[in-house]
Amino acid sequence: MAKMKFLCDAERCIECNGCVTACKNVNEVPWGINRRRVVTLNDGVPGEKSISVACMHCTDAPCAAVCPVDCFYTTADGVVLHDKDLCIGCGYCFYACPFGAPQYPSPQERAFAVRGKMDKCTFCAGGPEEPGSQAEFEKYGANRLAEGKLPACAEMCATKALLAGDGDVLSDIYRKRILRRAGRPETWGWEKAYGADV
Amino acid sequence: MKTSNNPARDGDKGRRRGRIALLAFLGTIFLVVALPLTGYLVVGETAAQAQQEAVNPLSEFWRGARQANEGYTAVTAPQANILITDSGQNWRQVRNGPLATYGAWLMILALVALAALFLLRGRVEIDNGPSGKTVERWTLPDRILHWYTAVLFILLAITGLSLLYGRAVLMPVMGPEAFASYAQAAIYVHNYLGLFFAIGLVLMVLKWLRVNIPKGHDLSWFLSGGGMLKGKHPHAGFVNAGEKLLFWTLAVAGLAILVTGVILLFPQLGQSRDVMQISQVVHAVASILVITFIFGHIYLATVAMKGSMAGMVGGRVDVNWARQHHDLWLKELEQHGVKPETASTKPEKESQQEPRPAAS
Ligand code: HEM
Ligand code: SF4
Ligand code: SF4
Repeated sequence: MAKMKFLCDAERCIECNGCVTACKNVNEVPWGINRRRVVTLNDGVPGEKSISVACMHCTDAPCAAVCPVDCFYTTADGVVLHDKDLCIGCGYCFYACPFGAPQYPSPQERAFAVRGKMDKCTFCAGGPEEPGSQAEFEKYGANRLAEGKLPACAEMCATKALLAGDGDVLSDIYRKRILRRAGRPETWGWEKAYGADV
Repeated sequence: MKTSNNPARDGDKGRRRGRIALLAFLGTIFLVVALPLTGYLVVGETAAQAQQEAVNPLSEFWRGARQANEGYTAVTAPQANILITDSGQNWRQVRNGPLATYGAWLMILALVALAALFLLRGRVEIDNGPSGKTVERWTLPDRILHWYTAVLFILLAITGLSLLYGRAVLMPVMGPEAFASYAQAAIYVHNYLGLFFAIGLVLMVLKWLRVNIPKGHDLSWFLSGGGMLKGKHPHAGFVNAGEKLLFWTLAVAGLAILVTGVILLFPQLGQSRDVMQISQVVHAVASILVITFIFGHIYLATVAMKGSMAGMVGGRVDVNWARQHHDLWLKELEQHGVKPETASTKPEKESQQEPRPAAS
């Protein structure tokens, strides 16, 4: 079985924010939420690096460990999803996540402003509803995985900095790039998300 | 060498020789220790050189990124400019580990201890039985404030503990769907009523602050275990030392619960995740501490001490109960000329009653 992972090649990312836009568009992400974002370190300084980051779909996911209603689950593909019908909006997953992936819903929606069902990147794999159903789309966005497609962010990345897919395939691609450019590997965020041995 | 006949000069010479020997000895030791150390001078320099070569600015860069270095992002969300933080993982370990484990043990052991105490000591009756005469202890506003805060406290404690322990305790019994809908209700109750509880707590702390200022006789109250160790009941004013301890615990931990609760309640105030993680731990630790104290408080007020509840329910307590538990207060009342009334007659002239003197 494939083990889905994200990898962002910091040598290639040009901070175009295309991934952010693609995600918002394909999933119809509500106002105020960006499931993916691009962070530039040392912005404006020679050698600046940009990284596109969303939920990394951790192996031993901290969000799942702290959720009071245990509503996270890992799919057979290794995608970490959560059930919005069960979520009570406590925000603990947001406290626990190393990558700032889970987010409070948009401010206009309810009392206490931003407290409500959390939203996060689904690896374009929808949610616990019937795959491809309207209910699934409204709550979680597109289920491209069910259609045999990869996440929209990586699919449209112009420089192919952002890769999504089976971890083994990704590391092969990345290893080849490293050999060609004779650089040091920087599998950004992998150790944090997938453990020390990747 | 020519030996002298002069014993004094011989002694001088001997001393000088001794000094030389000592210096030589120390010098040898110094060399033995210092010579090999000189190796470090050389190695140190090369190691420093090697290290200078080893420092890769890029690895420093990524190390910084892993330690929550801030960058720039076009997305406007709290702390969206941070790539990775470790603090969440630490928070997870504290909350799911020692916090939940020791918290549960503390509360369970407190309940067991109280049950054991009850089996050992039973119910403390009023000395010489009820006298039939009562004095006013808690005014109506005091009682309203007490029960308002108490009911909210219990609701908050149950709903809060459901969030911390429900997944382990309730979910296996109720199933995920039923537990999630209960938890959703619980979190609404907790979040809305928390603000009302905060009002009650602050008013209570302010209103009862004066009578709870510690006094000299409080120490002897503690030393006699509140009357449990020695047969004779220790002196106590309007509130005894144990009640003062409860008051101050509630005041300090309660205010901590309040402040951290508000921080957690409104994530849009711009507080960082780190602040929320710490707040959650403080909130839960302080809550568990106060809940444990309240267990003791409820035990003493209901099952352990006969005659205590009357004061907080009807407002009046039996004179004999007052003499037994709050002798200094009763004395003060008598000095102020407060006349105990017979229990059966309703105190309709409540407004005319002497104001309650402050605690001794
Ligand atoms: C002063 C008013 C209070 C406010 C504003 C408040 C607010 C909160 C908030 C916002 C949370 C996080 C979960 C959520 O979103 O509901 C929480 C959790 C919690 N609260 Fe409160 N609370 C208050 C009083 C109390 C009291 C009096 C207790 C107990 C005696 C308590 C015990 C807890 C516990 C045990 C948790 C769960 C911690 C966990 O899941 O790890 N709270 N509270
Ligand atoms: S990146 Fe965050 S939200 Fe995604 S699985 Fe890991 S802890 Fe959970
Ligand atoms: S906000 Fe929802 S998903 Fe996140 S920990 Fe709380 S209940 Fe679980």
